[in-house]
Amino acid sequence: MDLITPEFGLVFWTAITFLFLLLILRKFAWKPILGAVSDREEGIKNALASAENARKEMENLTADNERILKEARLEREALLKEAREIKEQMIANAETEAQEKANKIIEKAQAAIESEKKSAMAELKNHVAGLSVEIAEKVVRQELSNKDKQLELVESMLGEATLN
Amino acid sequence: MLFLAISFAGYASEDSDPNKDEEFNAKEMILHHVKDAHEFHLWDWKGKPVSLSLPIILWTDNGLTTFSSSKFHHDDQGKEIVEANGGKFVKLHEKIYQLDANATSVAFDEEHHPTNAHRPLNFSITRNVFMMWVSVAVLLLIFITAARSYKKSKDGVPTGIAGFIEPLVVFVRDEIGKPMIGEHKYKRYMPYLLTIFFFIWINNIFGLIPILNGANLSGNIAFTCTLAVFTFIITTLSGNSNYWKHIFWMPGVPVPMKIFLMPIEIIGMFVKPISLMIRLFANITAGHVIILALMSLIFVFKSVAIAPVSVAFSLFITVIEIIVTAIQAYIFTILSALYFGMATEEAHH
Repeated sequence: MDLITPEFGLVFWTAITFLFLLLILRKFAWKPILGAVSDREEGIKNALASAENARKEMENLTADNERILKEARLEREALLKEAREIKEQMIANAETEAQEKANKIIEKAQAAIESEKKSAMAELKNHVAGLSVEIAEKVVRQELSNKDKQLELVESMLGEATLN
Repeated sequence: MLFLAISFAGYASEDSDPNKDEEFNAKEMILHHVKDAHEFHLWDWKGKPVSLSLPIILWTDNGLTTFSSSKFHHDDQGKEIVEANGGKFVKLHEKIYQLDANATSVAFDEEHHPTNAHRPLNFSITRNVFMMWVSVAVLLLIFITAARSYKKSKDGVPTGIAGFIEPLVVFVRDEIGKPMIGEHKYKRYMPYLLTIFFFIWINNIFGLIPILNGANLSGNIAFTCTLAVFTFIITTLSGNSNYWKHIFWMPGVPVPMKIFLMPIEIIGMFVKPISLMIRLFANITAGHVIILALMSLIFVFKSVAIAPVSVAFSLFITVIEIIVTAIQAYIFTILSALYFGMATEEAHH
Protein backbone atom coordinates (compact mmCIF):
# COMPACT_ATOMS: atom_id res chain seq x y z
CA MET A 1 0.00 0.00 0.00
CA ASP A 2 2.92 2.34 0.70
CA LEU A 3 3.77 2.26 -2.96
CA ILE A 4 0.48 3.82 -4.03
CA THR A 5 0.01 6.25 -1.16
CA PRO A 6 1.37 9.68 -2.06
CA GLU A 7 3.66 11.01 0.66
CA PHE A 8 2.70 14.51 1.64
CA GLY A 9 6.31 15.69 1.89
CA LEU A 10 7.15 14.67 -1.65
CA VAL A 11 3.94 16.20 -2.99
CA PHE A 12 4.82 19.43 -1.24
CA TRP A 13 8.40 19.55 -2.55
CA THR A 14 7.35 18.46 -6.06
CA ALA A 15 4.75 21.21 -6.24
CA ILE A 16 7.17 23.89 -5.06
CA THR A 17 10.04 22.65 -7.21
CA PHE A 18 7.89 22.28 -10.28
CA LEU A 19 6.43 25.78 -9.94
CA PHE A 20 9.91 27.18 -9.44
CA LEU A 21 11.21 25.29 -12.45
CA LEU A 22 8.25 26.36 -14.55
CA LEU A 23 8.66 30.04 -13.70
CA ILE A 24 12.42 30.11 -14.14
CA LEU A 25 12.42 28.14 -17.37
CA ARG A 26 9.54 30.16 -18.76
CA LYS A 27 11.39 33.39 -18.25
CA PHE A 28 14.96 32.35 -19.00
CA ALA A 29 14.61 29.42 -21.40
CA TRP A 30 11.29 28.94 -23.15
CA LYS A 31 10.72 32.56 -24.05
CA PRO A 32 14.16 33.14 -25.60
CA ILE A 33 14.25 29.74 -27.32
CA LEU A 34 10.70 29.82 -28.70
CA GLY A 35 11.18 33.48 -29.59
CA ALA A 36 14.37 32.76 -31.50
CA VAL A 37 12.78 29.79 -33.26
CA SER A 38 9.68 31.69 -34.31
CA ASP A 39 11.76 34.73 -35.32
CA ARG A 40 13.84 32.51 -37.53
CA GLU A 41 10.74 30.86 -38.97
CA GLU A 42 9.28 34.28 -39.71
CA GLY A 43 12.55 35.28 -41.33
CA ILE A 44 12.58 32.17 -43.50
CA LYS A 45 8.95 32.71 -44.42
CA ASN A 46 9.62 36.32 -45.38
CA ALA A 47 12.72 35.41 -47.34
CA LEU A 48 10.80 32.77 -49.24
CA ALA A 49 7.95 35.16 -49.92
CA SER A 50 10.27 37.86 -51.22
CA ALA A 51 12.11 35.32 -53.37
CA GLU A 52 8.75 34.28 -54.77
CA ASN A 53 7.88 37.90 -55.45
CA ALA A 54 11.20 38.48 -57.18
CA ARG A 55 10.64 35.40 -59.28
CA LYS A 56 7.19 36.63 -60.26
CA GLU A 57 8.57 40.03 -61.14
CA MET A 58 11.24 38.43 -63.25
CA GLU A 59 8.56 36.39 -64.97
CA ASN A 60 6.57 39.54 -65.61
CA LEU A 61 9.63 41.26 -67.01
CA THR A 62 10.40 38.38 -69.32
CA ALA A 63 6.79 38.26 -70.41
CA ASP A 64 6.89 42.01 -71.08
CA ASN A 65 10.07 41.66 -73.06
CA GLU A 66 8.60 38.91 -75.11
CA ARG A 67 5.45 40.90 -75.69
CA ILE A 68 7.43 43.94 -76.79
CA LEU A 69 9.54 41.83 -79.13
CA LYS A 70 6.47 40.25 -80.59
CA GLU A 71 4.86 43.63 -81.08
CA ALA A 72 8.00 44.95 -82.75
CA ARG A 73 8.08 41.96 -85.05
CA LEU A 74 4.44 42.46 -85.97
CA GLU A 75 5.02 46.13 -86.58
CA ARG A 76 7.98 45.40 -88.81
CA GLU A 77 5.96 42.92 -90.78
CA ALA A 78 3.12 45.41 -91.12
CA LEU A 79 5.56 48.07 -92.30
CA LEU A 80 7.12 45.76 -94.82
CA LYS A 81 3.74 44.72 -96.08
CA GLU A 82 2.65 48.31 -96.42
CA ALA A 83 5.83 49.18 -98.28
CA ARG A 84 5.31 46.29 -100.62
CA GLU A 85 1.76 47.37 -101.23
CA ILE A 86 2.83 50.95 -101.92
CA LYS A 87 5.48 49.71 -104.31
CA GLU A 88 3.00 47.59 -106.19
CA GLN A 89 0.54 50.45 -106.22
CA MET A 90 3.17 52.78 -107.62
CA ILE A 91 4.17 50.31 -110.32
CA ALA A 92 0.55 49.76 -111.23
CA ASN A 93 -0.11 53.50 -111.35
CA ALA A 94 2.95 54.07 -113.52
CA GLU A 95 1.89 51.32 -115.83
CA THR A 96 -1.62 52.69 -116.32
CA GLU A 97 -0.26 56.19 -116.81
CA ALA A 98 2.22 54.99 -119.40
CA GLN A 99 -0.47 53.00 -121.09
CA GLU A 100 -2.70 56.04 -121.18
CA LYS A 101 0.05 58.22 -122.58
CA ALA A 102 0.94 55.64 -125.20
CA ASN A 103 -2.70 55.35 -126.16
CA LYS A 104 -2.97 59.07 -126.51
CA ILE A 105 0.15 59.23 -128.66
CA ILE A 106 -1.16 56.42 -130.83
CA GLU A 107 -4.52 58.13 -131.10
CA LYS A 108 -2.88 61.40 -132.11
CA ALA A 109 -0.69 59.61 -134.62
CA GLN A 110 -3.67 57.85 -136.05
CA ALA A 111 -5.58 61.12 -136.25
CA ALA A 112 -2.62 62.75 -137.99
CA ILE A 113 -2.31 59.84 -140.38
CA GLU A 114 -6.01 59.99 -141.07
CA SER A 115 -5.94 63.71 -141.82
CA GLU A 116 -2.81 63.34 -143.98
CA LYS A 117 -4.49 60.52 -145.82
CA LYS A 118 -7.56 62.62 -146.34
CA SER A 119 -5.60 65.55 -147.64
CA ALA A 120 -3.53 63.24 -149.83
CA MET A 121 -6.67 61.66 -151.18
CA ALA A 122 -8.16 65.09 -151.83
CA GLU A 123 -5.01 66.14 -153.67
CA LEU A 124 -5.04 62.88 -155.61
CA LYS A 125 -8.63 63.44 -156.52
CA ASN A 126 -7.85 66.94 -157.71
CA HIS A 127 -4.87 65.66 -159.66
CA VAL A 128 -6.88 62.81 -161.14
CA ALA A 129 -9.63 65.21 -162.04
CA GLY A 130 -7.08 67.55 -163.73
CA LEU A 131 -5.51 64.64 -165.60
CA SER A 132 -8.90 63.39 -166.57
CA VAL A 133 -9.86 66.76 -167.89
CA GLU A 134 -6.56 67.02 -169.78
CA ILE A 135 -6.97 63.51 -171.17
CA ALA A 136 -10.48 64.18 -172.04
CA GLU A 137 -9.42 67.40 -173.87
CA LYS A 138 -6.72 65.53 -175.77
CA VAL A 139 -9.04 62.64 -176.55
CA VAL A 140 -11.64 64.93 -177.77
CA ARG A 141 -9.14 66.65 -180.03
CA GLN A 142 -7.76 63.38 -181.44
CA GLU A 143 -11.20 62.01 -182.00
CA LEU A 144 -11.78 64.57 -184.39
CA SER A 145 -8.88 63.44 -186.62
CA ASN A 146 -8.53 59.67 -186.36
CA LYS A 147 -10.51 57.29 -184.40
CA ASP A 148 -7.82 54.67 -184.12
CA LYS A 149 -5.21 57.16 -183.37
CA GLN A 150 -7.39 58.66 -180.78
CA LEU A 151 -7.71 55.25 -179.00
CA GLU A 152 -4.00 54.76 -179.33
CA LEU A 153 -3.44 58.03 -177.81
CA VAL A 154 -5.71 57.46 -174.91
CA GLU A 155 -4.02 54.16 -174.18
CA SER A 156 -0.55 55.59 -174.37
CA MET A 157 -1.45 58.45 -172.29
CA LEU A 158 -3.05 56.24 -169.71
CA GLY A 159 0.11 54.17 -169.74
CA GLU A 160 2.15 57.22 -169.22
CA ALA A 161 -0.01 58.51 -166.48
CA THR A 162 1.00 57.15 -163.19
CA LEU A 163 -1.28 57.64 -160.39
CA ASN A 164 1.23 59.45 -158.47
CA MET B 1 27.07 -2.06 -19.75
CA LEU B 2 28.99 -4.40 -17.50
CA PHE B 3 29.15 -1.50 -15.10
CA LEU B 4 25.37 -1.44 -15.16
CA ALA B 5 25.20 -5.02 -14.08
CA ILE B 6 27.86 -4.64 -11.41
CA SER B 7 26.19 -1.77 -9.73
CA PHE B 8 22.83 -3.49 -9.84
CA ALA B 9 24.39 -6.53 -8.29
CA GLY B 10 26.05 -4.21 -5.82
CA TYR B 11 22.91 -2.79 -4.51
CA ALA B 12 21.08 -6.04 -4.66
CA SER B 13 23.58 -7.45 -2.23
CA GLU B 14 23.35 -4.58 0.20
CA ASP B 15 20.06 -5.80 1.58
CA SER B 16 21.18 -9.33 2.05
CA ASP B 17 24.36 -8.21 3.79
CA PRO B 18 22.97 -6.95 7.08
CA ASN B 19 20.75 -9.99 7.48
CA LYS B 20 23.10 -12.69 6.36
CA ASP B 21 21.22 -15.31 8.29
CA GLU B 22 17.91 -14.51 6.69
CA GLU B 23 16.73 -15.68 3.30
CA PHE B 24 17.19 -13.18 0.51
CA ASN B 25 13.84 -11.47 0.11
CA ALA B 26 13.51 -10.19 -3.45
CA LYS B 27 10.19 -8.44 -2.82
CA GLU B 28 11.57 -6.47 0.10
CA MET B 29 14.69 -5.52 -1.79
CA ILE B 30 12.74 -4.37 -4.83
CA LEU B 31 10.22 -2.35 -2.85
CA HIS B 32 13.02 -0.80 -0.88
CA HIS B 33 14.60 0.43 -4.10
CA VAL B 34 11.43 1.55 -5.75
CA LYS B 35 10.23 3.55 -2.75
CA ASP B 36 11.53 6.78 -1.30
CA ALA B 37 14.19 6.87 1.42
CA HIS B 38 15.63 9.33 3.92
CA GLU B 39 19.23 8.74 3.02
CA PHE B 40 20.98 8.40 -0.27
CA HIS B 41 22.50 4.97 -0.14
CA LEU B 42 25.24 4.61 -2.75
CA TRP B 43 27.01 1.31 -2.09
CA ASP B 44 28.34 -0.92 0.62
CA TRP B 45 32.03 -0.88 1.43
CA LYS B 46 33.46 -3.65 3.60
CA GLY B 47 30.06 -4.39 5.09
CA LYS B 48 29.30 -0.75 5.88
CA PRO B 49 26.91 1.29 3.81
CA VAL B 50 28.31 4.34 2.07
CA SER B 51 25.53 6.86 1.90
CA LEU B 52 24.68 10.51 1.73
CA SER B 53 22.84 11.74 4.80
CA LEU B 54 19.89 13.90 3.98
CA PRO B 55 18.19 16.37 6.29
CA ILE B 56 15.00 15.38 8.03
CA ILE B 57 12.52 18.20 8.39
CA LEU B 58 9.44 17.63 10.52
CA TRP B 59 6.57 19.77 11.64
CA THR B 60 5.73 18.61 15.16
CA ASP B 61 3.71 19.98 18.04
CA ASN B 62 6.82 21.88 19.08
CA GLY B 63 7.23 23.44 15.68
CA LEU B 64 9.85 22.84 13.06
CA THR B 65 12.27 20.05 13.91
CA THR B 66 15.30 19.27 11.82
CA PHE B 67 18.15 16.81 12.17
CA SER B 68 20.34 14.71 9.93
CA SER B 69 19.20 11.29 8.85
CA SER B 70 22.63 9.97 9.82
CA LYS B 71 21.46 10.07 13.44
CA PHE B 72 19.41 6.96 12.75
CA HIS B 73 22.67 5.13 11.90
CA HIS B 74 21.05 3.40 8.92
CA ASP B 75 18.43 1.88 11.20
CA ASP B 76 15.10 1.32 9.53
CA GLN B 77 13.45 -0.94 12.10
CA GLY B 78 12.45 1.75 14.59
CA LYS B 79 15.14 0.76 17.09
CA GLU B 80 17.33 3.84 17.02
CA ILE B 81 15.62 6.69 18.88
CA VAL B 82 16.65 10.22 18.03
CA GLU B 83 15.78 13.01 20.41
CA ALA B 84 15.37 16.42 18.87
CA ASN B 85 13.43 19.54 19.80
CA GLY B 86 11.78 17.79 22.77
CA GLY B 87 10.50 14.83 20.75
CA LYS B 88 11.62 11.27 20.22
CA PHE B 89 11.73 10.03 16.68
CA VAL B 90 12.30 6.67 15.05
CA LYS B 91 12.59 5.62 11.42
CA LEU B 92 10.51 2.61 10.50
CA HIS B 93 10.28 1.40 6.89
CA GLU B 94 11.44 4.82 5.67
CA LYS B 95 8.77 6.61 7.67
CA ILE B 96 9.49 8.93 10.57
CA TYR B 97 7.42 8.31 13.70
CA GLN B 98 7.28 10.48 16.77
CA LEU B 99 6.99 8.46 19.96
CA ASP B 100 4.30 9.43 22.37
CA ALA B 101 5.48 11.51 25.35
CA ASN B 102 5.90 8.66 27.84
CA ALA B 103 7.08 5.93 25.49
CA THR B 104 10.70 4.82 25.44
CA SER B 105 10.59 2.37 22.56
CA VAL B 106 8.25 1.48 19.76
CA ALA B 107 5.56 -1.04 20.51
CA PHE B 108 3.98 -2.95 17.64
CA ASP B 109 0.63 -4.58 17.13
CA GLU B 110 0.18 -7.92 15.33
CA GLU B 111 0.34 -6.27 11.93
CA HIS B 112 3.64 -4.62 12.77
CA HIS B 113 2.13 -1.16 13.04
CA PRO B 114 3.47 1.00 15.83
CA THR B 115 0.90 1.55 18.57
CA ASN B 116 2.53 4.24 20.65
CA ALA B 117 3.80 6.55 17.94
CA HIS B 118 2.33 8.88 15.36
CA ARG B 119 3.61 10.45 12.16
CA PRO B 120 4.37 14.16 12.16
CA LEU B 121 4.15 16.18 8.95
CA ASN B 122 7.29 15.21 7.10
CA PHE B 123 8.97 17.73 4.83
CA SER B 124 12.27 15.85 4.75
CA ILE B 125 14.62 16.15 1.87
CA THR B 126 14.34 12.53 0.86
CA ARG B 127 16.44 11.03 -1.88
CA ASN B 128 13.63 11.67 -4.36
CA VAL B 129 13.50 15.33 -3.38
CA PHE B 130 17.27 15.45 -3.60
CA MET B 131 17.31 13.88 -7.05
CA MET B 132 14.50 16.18 -8.13
CA TRP B 133 16.67 19.15 -7.23
CA VAL B 134 19.62 17.65 -9.03
CA SER B 135 17.42 17.23 -12.08
CA VAL B 136 16.24 20.83 -11.75
CA ALA B 137 19.84 22.00 -11.60
CA VAL B 138 20.67 19.97 -14.71
CA LEU B 139 17.59 21.26 -16.54
CA LEU B 140 18.37 24.86 -15.66
CA LEU B 141 21.97 24.41 -16.72
CA ILE B 142 21.02 22.85 -20.05
CA PHE B 143 18.19 25.18 -21.00
CA ILE B 144 19.55 28.46 -19.76
CA THR B 145 22.84 27.70 -21.52
CA ALA B 146 20.87 26.92 -24.66
CA ALA B 147 18.80 30.09 -24.36
CA ARG B 148 21.95 32.13 -23.89
CA SER B 149 23.56 30.74 -27.01
CA TYR B 150 20.71 32.27 -29.01
CA LYS B 151 21.49 35.67 -27.59
CA LYS B 152 25.14 35.26 -28.47
CA SER B 153 24.60 34.23 -32.06
CA LYS B 154 23.50 37.27 -34.01
CA ASP B 155 21.53 35.49 -36.72
CA GLY B 156 19.54 33.30 -34.30
CA VAL B 157 21.16 30.13 -35.54
CA PRO B 158 21.38 27.55 -32.76
CA THR B 159 24.91 26.71 -31.70
CA GLY B 160 26.29 24.25 -29.20
CA ILE B 161 23.74 22.62 -26.93
CA ALA B 162 20.93 24.67 -28.46
CA GLY B 163 21.37 22.68 -31.63
CA PHE B 164 20.48 19.58 -29.66
CA ILE B 165 17.73 21.20 -27.60
CA GLU B 166 15.96 23.04 -30.37
CA PRO B 167 14.62 20.01 -32.28
CA LEU B 168 13.14 18.70 -29.02
CA VAL B 169 11.53 22.05 -28.20
CA VAL B 170 10.22 22.36 -31.75
CA PHE B 171 8.96 18.78 -31.51
CA VAL B 172 6.95 19.59 -28.38
CA ARG B 173 5.61 22.71 -30.08
CA ASP B 174 4.78 21.21 -33.49
CA GLU B 175 3.82 17.65 -32.57
CA ILE B 176 2.22 18.22 -29.18
CA GLY B 177 1.20 21.84 -28.65
CA LYS B 178 -0.05 22.86 -32.08
CA PRO B 179 -2.05 19.78 -33.09
CA MET B 180 -3.57 19.13 -29.66
CA ILE B 181 -4.46 22.67 -28.59
CA GLY B 182 -4.72 24.50 -31.88
CA GLU B 183 -2.76 27.09 -33.77
CA HIS B 184 -4.21 30.08 -31.94
CA LYS B 185 -4.14 29.03 -28.31
CA TYR B 186 -1.14 26.75 -27.96
CA LYS B 187 1.30 29.52 -27.04
CA ARG B 188 -0.12 30.02 -23.55
CA TYR B 189 0.45 26.38 -22.68
CA MET B 190 3.89 25.92 -24.20
CA PRO B 191 5.91 26.73 -21.05
CA TYR B 192 3.93 24.20 -19.04
CA LEU B 193 4.10 21.50 -21.72
CA LEU B 194 7.83 21.99 -22.28
CA THR B 195 8.53 22.00 -18.56
CA ILE B 196 6.63 18.80 -17.76
CA PHE B 197 8.02 17.07 -20.84
CA PHE B 198 11.65 17.70 -19.91
CA PHE B 199 11.08 17.42 -16.15
CA ILE B 200 9.51 13.96 -16.52
CA TRP B 201 11.99 12.84 -19.13
CA ILE B 202 15.09 13.78 -17.21
CA ASN B 203 13.78 12.19 -14.03
CA ASN B 204 12.89 9.04 -15.95
CA ILE B 205 16.46 8.96 -17.22
CA PHE B 206 17.91 9.60 -13.77
CA GLY B 207 15.87 6.67 -12.52
CA LEU B 208 17.75 4.41 -14.92
CA ILE B 209 21.25 5.45 -13.84
CA PRO B 210 22.36 2.52 -11.71
CA ILE B 211 24.60 4.38 -9.28
CA LEU B 212 21.72 6.70 -8.34
CA ASN B 213 19.85 3.52 -7.62
CA GLY B 214 16.97 4.77 -5.59
CA ALA B 215 16.15 7.80 -7.69
CA ASN B 216 12.77 6.51 -8.73
CA LEU B 217 11.17 9.94 -8.66
CA SER B 218 8.94 9.65 -11.70
CA GLY B 219 7.93 6.19 -10.51
CA ASN B 220 6.71 7.69 -7.27
CA ILE B 221 3.00 8.26 -7.04
CA ALA B 222 3.42 11.51 -5.11
CA PHE B 223 5.38 13.00 -8.00
CA THR B 224 3.02 11.84 -10.74
CA CYS B 225 0.03 12.83 -8.61
CA THR B 226 1.36 16.38 -8.22
CA LEU B 227 1.96 16.81 -11.94
CA ALA B 228 -1.45 15.33 -12.75
CA VAL B 229 -3.04 17.78 -10.32
CA PHE B 230 -1.31 20.64 -12.12
CA THR B 231 -2.70 19.42 -15.42
CA PHE B 232 -6.14 19.09 -13.83
CA ILE B 233 -6.00 22.60 -12.38
CA ILE B 234 -4.91 24.15 -15.67
CA THR B 235 -7.55 22.19 -17.60
CA THR B 236 -10.29 23.24 -15.20
CA LEU B 237 -9.22 26.88 -15.09
CA SER B 238 -8.96 27.19 -18.85
CA GLY B 239 -12.27 25.42 -19.54
CA ASN B 240 -14.53 27.64 -21.62
CA SER B 241 -18.32 27.61 -21.77
CA ASN B 242 -18.24 25.03 -24.54
CA TYR B 243 -16.19 22.69 -22.34
CA TRP B 244 -18.55 22.98 -19.38
CA LYS B 245 -21.54 22.59 -21.64
CA HIS B 246 -20.13 19.31 -22.91
CA ILE B 247 -19.77 18.13 -19.35
CA PHE B 248 -23.07 19.20 -17.82
CA TRP B 249 -25.46 19.40 -20.77
CA MET B 250 -24.06 17.56 -23.78
CA PRO B 251 -25.26 19.34 -26.91
CA GLY B 252 -26.70 17.42 -29.82
CA VAL B 253 -28.22 14.51 -27.89
CA PRO B 254 -31.77 13.98 -26.50
CA VAL B 255 -32.54 15.16 -22.96
CA PRO B 256 -32.52 11.72 -21.27
CA MET B 257 -29.13 11.14 -22.84
CA LYS B 258 -27.92 14.52 -21.54
CA ILE B 259 -28.91 13.51 -18.02
CA PHE B 260 -27.30 10.13 -18.47
CA LEU B 261 -24.05 11.59 -19.81
CA MET B 262 -23.64 14.26 -17.13
CA PRO B 263 -22.34 12.00 -14.32
CA ILE B 264 -20.13 10.13 -16.77
CA GLU B 265 -18.58 13.36 -17.97
CA ILE B 266 -18.10 14.61 -14.41
CA ILE B 267 -16.34 11.37 -13.49
CA GLY B 268 -14.32 11.69 -16.72
CA MET B 269 -13.04 15.09 -15.60
CA PHE B 270 -11.30 13.41 -12.67
CA VAL B 271 -10.45 10.14 -14.34
CA LYS B 272 -8.30 11.92 -16.93
CA PRO B 273 -5.69 13.26 -14.48
CA ILE B 274 -5.91 10.08 -12.43
CA SER B 275 -5.05 8.05 -15.52
CA LEU B 276 -2.10 10.38 -16.14
CA MET B 277 -0.92 9.81 -12.58
CA ILE B 278 -1.23 6.03 -12.69
CA ARG B 279 0.19 5.59 -16.18
CA LEU B 280 3.47 7.33 -15.48
CA PHE B 281 3.83 5.82 -12.00
CA ALA B 282 3.05 2.29 -13.14
CA ASN B 283 5.20 2.36 -16.26
CA ILE B 284 8.30 3.64 -14.55
CA THR B 285 7.90 1.55 -11.43
CA ALA B 286 7.23 -1.56 -13.50
CA GLY B 287 10.44 -0.99 -15.44
CA HIS B 288 12.42 -0.72 -12.23
CA VAL B 289 10.74 -3.77 -10.74
CA ILE B 290 11.51 -5.88 -13.80
CA ILE B 291 15.18 -4.93 -13.84
CA LEU B 292 15.54 -5.49 -10.12
CA ALA B 293 13.63 -8.78 -10.29
CA LEU B 294 15.91 -10.05 -13.05
CA MET B 295 18.91 -9.14 -10.92
CA SER B 296 17.35 -10.80 -7.90
CA LEU B 297 17.29 -14.10 -9.77
CA ILE B 298 21.03 -14.38 -9.12
CA PHE B 299 20.43 -14.23 -5.39
CA VAL B 300 17.28 -16.29 -5.43
CA PHE B 301 19.05 -19.14 -7.21
CA LYS B 302 22.27 -18.44 -5.27
CA SER B 303 24.26 -19.15 -8.39
CA VAL B 304 26.71 -17.12 -10.43
CA ALA B 305 25.76 -19.18 -13.45
CA ILE B 306 22.45 -17.39 -13.69
CA ALA B 307 24.22 -14.02 -13.81
CA PRO B 308 24.80 -13.88 -17.58
CA VAL B 309 21.10 -14.57 -18.19
CA SER B 310 20.05 -11.94 -15.67
CA VAL B 311 22.47 -9.40 -17.04
CA ALA B 312 21.43 -10.07 -20.63
CA PHE B 313 17.75 -9.77 -19.83
CA SER B 314 18.09 -6.70 -17.66
CA LEU B 315 20.28 -5.10 -20.30
CA PHE B 316 17.51 -5.76 -22.81
CA ILE B 317 14.88 -4.31 -20.47
CA THR B 318 17.12 -1.34 -19.70
CA VAL B 319 17.37 -0.53 -23.39
CA ILE B 320 13.60 -0.71 -23.65
CA GLU B 321 13.32 1.45 -20.55
CA ILE B 322 15.49 4.10 -22.18
CA ILE B 323 12.86 4.31 -24.92
CA VAL B 324 10.10 4.25 -22.32
CA THR B 325 11.60 7.28 -20.56
CA ALA B 326 10.95 9.39 -23.64
CA ILE B 327 7.65 7.74 -24.52
CA GLN B 328 6.15 8.23 -21.07
CA ALA B 329 7.24 11.87 -20.95
CA TYR B 330 5.73 12.30 -24.40
CA ILE B 331 2.47 10.60 -23.45
CA PHE B 332 2.05 12.62 -20.27
CA THR B 333 2.69 15.83 -22.19
CA ILE B 334 0.53 15.02 -25.20
CA LEU B 335 -2.40 13.95 -23.01
CA SER B 336 -2.09 17.11 -20.93
CA ALA B 337 -2.09 19.10 -24.16
CA LEU B 338 -5.09 17.13 -25.37
CA TYR B 339 -7.01 17.98 -22.20
CA PHE B 340 -6.10 21.67 -22.57
CA GLY B 341 -7.22 21.48 -26.17
CA MET B 342 -10.56 19.98 -25.12
CA ALA B 343 -11.00 22.64 -22.48
CA THR B 344 -10.38 25.50 -24.90
CA GLU B 345 -12.07 24.08 -27.99
CA GLU B 346 -14.64 26.41 -29.51
CA ALA B 347 -18.09 25.14 -30.44
CA HIS B 348 -18.27 24.10 -34.09
CA HIS B 349 -21.74 22.79 -34.74
